[in-house]
Amino acid sequence: MSFLTDPINAIADWLESLLLSLGLTSQAVTILMTLLGAIVVGSFGLMLVIFLIWVERKVYARIQDRLGPNRVGPWGILQTFPDMIKIFTKEYITPIGADKVPYNLAPILSVSAVLLAWAVIPFASTVVGSDINVGVLYIVAVGAIGTLGIILAGWSSNNKYALLGAFRTVAQMVSYEVPMVLALLIPVLLARSMGVNSIVQSQQVWYILLAPIAAFFFFITSIAETGRAPFDLLEAESEIIAGYQTEYSGLKFGMFFVGEFLHAFTISALTVTLFLGGWRGPWSEQVPLLGTAYFFIKTFIVYFIVLWVRISLPRLRIDQMLNFNWKFLTPIALVMLMATAVLEKILSTWLPTLRLTDSGVILIRTITHLGLNVLVAAGVIYLLRSYTIRREKVGQPRPLAVAPEPPASVLE
Amino acid sequence: MALSQIIFLVIAAATLVAALLVVISRNLVHSALWLIATLFGVAIFYGFLSAGFFAVAQVVIYIGAIAILFIFSVMLTRRLMQDNSPQINRGWPLALLLAILFFGGVLGMYNTWPEFAAMAPEMAAEANPLEQLGLALVSPNAYVLPFELASILLVAAMIGAIYLAWEKK
Repeated sequence: MSFLTDPINAIADWLESLLLSLGLTSQAVTILMTLLGAIVVGSFGLMLVIFLIWVERKVYARIQDRLGPNRVGPWGILQTFPDMIKIFTKEYITPIGADKVPYNLAPILSVSAVLLAWAVIPFASTVVGSDINVGVLYIVAVGAIGTLGIILAGWSSNNKYALLGAFRTVAQMVSYEVPMVLALLIPVLLARSMGVNSIVQSQQVWYILLAPIAAFFFFITSIAETGRAPFDLLEAESEIIAGYQTEYSGLKFGMFFVGEFLHAFTISALTVTLFLGGWRGPWSEQVPLLGTAYFFIKTFIVYFIVLWVRISLPRLRIDQMLNFNWKFLTPIALVMLMATAVLEKILSTWLPTLRLTDSGVILIRTITHLGLNVLVAAGVIYLLRSYTIRREKVGQPRPLAVAPEPPASVLE
Repeated sequence: MALSQIIFLVIAAATLVAALLVVISRNLVHSALWLIATLFGVAIFYGFLSAGFFAVAQVVIYIGAIAILFIFSVMLTRRLMQDNSPQINRGWPLALLLAILFFGGVLGMYNTWPEFAAMAPEMAAEANPLEQLGLALVSPNAYVLPFELASILLVAAMIGAIYLAWEKK
């Protein structure tokens, strides 16, 4: 393990030996290193937001045929810093009748819930905050805390529109959690582990090939969990002012935004980790630094798609949002989970009897899973077609104004 | 005293205080929030017992679903939150007595159990509690019957909820 291939662990080892040589007990060193690791991961996430805000504004501007920030620094890359200074100097306004403690707790919760998910994301084969064996479930649990933050914000603001935003949040977040968990179970099933790093390690073939439907569903539902367009009903400006964040000002408002930007990046990272092979790539096992590079390249590609979706699609209505979840995503996710489980069971009993090579096993597994997904997708499309509302012609279109008949003298 | 013991005592005290505040808060939403704090404390205890799955499931189910539904239903009943009626009624000495008796009884029962004072054995390094739990839930020699019964109960509850919410035409 050298500094060039795996700098983070090299620094950690050096620091650990330094602390031990200073005469600290090994228990104290472990606690210190854990704390330090948490601080490093947390600050890295928050620092990244400064860059992400610029990326997001630039991409938006490009898609909307504008220039975007272009005054501070090269290509406006430093634009976020003046924005930060501005938001720091703004006044905090607490509305009359607001519930002080939940009101101030809500922005903190919504940022920390997103940062907590970073604890289990493997950035390289050797760099993972905490490789717990229930990592996938942990991600779901952390998402629940974010929902709590938004509900608290909506309730404690003492504002009708904020409360309406909170109601919509409950409807949206709690219902989209169902297909998300079902979609998350499929990589767990394929990897036979709930640990995030072992899911990455078992992806000799990216799971997007074995479970494209699950990957797609996870992507959609996690966009819904971030509460961004097209699922931004919680803060629909045209209907409920700004939803749960109506009464917030200054840095507290900024915290919600930081949480949102970071959440968008986090879901990209999770999609990459669970379905796109995470840090996997050529020589990533030998050189963990390369794995980190692969991870971030893939994540930024997915992040670009998240931005693309946000800028391109209009907002859904609440009934469309709920119907889409309960009548489309949840049933198909259930079917996929059961079908994948049955296929996996058949394969795990049948494949060892064939005495194939390792790559042969992987190939057959990939092809059968892909076939199953295509089959289910085709079935869904067929069903959807047979249930389309047939447009009936009620009558011939009638023009509103008819030109008068020309006088006979003209016609002759 | 080892560090883990200090942490245990601090969290235990915090959990108990939060549990008390659930009962004595006047504001229903505050009660729900203290309930969330209590449930978090319990989740940390599961973590202490190296039952990571239960710790996380506690957060997902109790905080992520049940507590949020509590808050949601409380938010719909705004007038109930300014309740100024007395918080205890005449029966409180009896209730206190019963609670102490019950707690003492449970404690006494546990005291007769020889393993009550024993320390939890260290888990084997290669043991995978998650896998064992999963197998136990579907094994006919273990918990498959309670597991299936719980599923049937939940399905029945779900059908009932759908029936109640069904729009009669």
